[in-house]
Amino acid sequence: MKKLILYISLTTGAILFLYPFIWMVSASLAPESEIGNLIFLPSQISFGSYFQMFDKIPIGKAFVNSMIVACAVTFGVLVFGSMVGYALSRLEFKGRNLIFYIVIFTMTLPFQITLIPQYILIVKFGWVDSYAALIVPYLMNALAIIMFRQYFKTIPQDLIDAARIDGCGELRIIFGILWPNSIPALVTVAMITFMASWNEVLWPLIVIRDENLMTMPQLVTLFAVGGRAESQLGVKLAAATMLALPIIIAYTFFQKYFIQSMASSGIKE
Amino acid sequence: MKKKITPYLLVSPYIIHFLVFVAFPVGFSIYLTFNDWNIISPMEFIGLGNYKRLFNDPIFWKSLSNTLIFLLIHIPLQIIVALFLAEMLNQKIKFRGFFRAAFFLPVIVSGVVVTILWQQLYGFDTGLLNRLLVKLGLIKIGWLTDPSWAMPSIAVMATWKNVGLYTVLFLVGLQTVPPQYYEAADLEGATHFQKFFRITLPMINPTIFMVVVLSTIGGFSLFIEPYVMTGGGPLNSTISAVLYIYKQGFFYYHMGYATTLGLFFALLILSVVMIQKKFVEKDK
Repeated sequence: MKKLILYISLTTGAILFLYPFIWMVSASLAPESEIGNLIFLPSQISFGSYFQMFDKIPIGKAFVNSMIVACAVTFGVLVFGSMVGYALSRLEFKGRNLIFYIVIFTMTLPFQITLIPQYILIVKFGWVDSYAALIVPYLMNALAIIMFRQYFKTIPQDLIDAARIDGCGELRIIFGILWPNSIPALVTVAMITFMASWNEVLWPLIVIRDENLMTMPQLVTLFAVGGRAESQLGVKLAAATMLALPIIIAYTFFQKYFIQSMASSGIKE
Repeated sequence: MKKKITPYLLVSPYIIHFLVFVAFPVGFSIYLTFNDWNIISPMEFIGLGNYKRLFNDPIFWKSLSNTLIFLLIHIPLQIIVALFLAEMLNQKIKFRGFFRAAFFLPVIVSGVVVTILWQQLYGFDTGLLNRLLVKLGLIKIGWLTDPSWAMPSIAVMATWKNVGLYTVLFLVGLQTVPPQYYEAADLEGATHFQKFFRITLPMINPTIFMVVVLSTIGGFSLFIEPYVMTGGGPLNSTISAVLYIYKQGFFYYHMGYATTLGLFFALLILSVVMIQKKFVEKDK
């Protein structure tokens, strides 16, 4: 009896969290006239909302932009993060503690304070409406550095010494020896970084005005707010579905890693 | 010689990035707070003008009280729901992985999507919630159009979006409680509630602190939800800290004033987090 109540509560909870997404997908596939009363599945599947959306906004282009930005940012964070993490955990040098404190300082610094000056920098660099504006400020990440530093500390010194005797340079040690032995750390950092970049919307809203350079969340936001969806709900939901789908698909395959990564970092979005 | 400079070469990209995108902006923002500037025309030194304006700006105070309302609803709700879900997941159950994944789904989906969905749910005439209320013979509520409902509505939505993450954090916390504690309590004849309040709650105190800190930061970072749903209205009842910075900076181009707001909110976040930390440490 107690078990039954438990399962009923759990299932109710699951429905509460899943249903809105199911409704979104099926409403985006329903004829516009049916959406208002839609509960579960439409009487017939129609791609009308999607055709209209493709007609109105360059969503394909935005997908490519989001991909380019998120991949470049993730790559940069992995490469630079592991370089700094390695230096901080495995090399002795003057100023090491200072740099570590700088990393901690950067991590605790609220972004509200740097938002406006960073925008001014982008303007002065002439980077408004460019990929550089979306990528360069995000190439370094304090949390990633800390995570690499922690993980590299657990790798046996013998491995590094052996590589040194074989004449490996520091870069070879990082990318040839440490990386293959740090897959969990790499996966965690890559996932958090990619997702944060994919879902970021405030910064693109500030530095990108050219529709052809917009990322997906930005384009969908402006579409939903700007009235170009002409209060056609189906078109709005089609855009939302397009934005959510890549992450949801990745999530269904790798949900365990997603949850572990996010929980281990304790950050959101 | 080569060995000595290698570490510096490895950290140099980070240092350059730090100087350009963190150190300079922090310094420059403090300088900017004493100036009036719209980026195009020359900067004008106005002394403490921005600070005076801040303290006399009703919308600034409004954004602060809105954030407070948000946090007062969001934090307790978040902790209660997350603890409840985590407790259920911590029982011996089948399909734990599925349930956990379901609760977690809104966490990974873009806030834009979540906001668009809840906008439909909260709709005045066609929204699911109001249709339900009408069916039950009650009157419709202006979830997003009534100034006293709008911010609480956004707080509930934000809870729905984030609670999965905190459920998982609590689950990790619950699993660190040694089972012997519960066994000993069972021998003493403790009730379920006693066990929860005497053993579980004190043991997961660090997790609760983390949730409170992250939610506080989240409250002061609230942007896309009011931006999409209400634009800060009705009657500025949902204007959040970041939305107000955004409006002053990128709508009116008051760079000096927007920076002053940013600096003020940043200091506020840091001090709130520090106070919370002190509070929790004293509690132990």
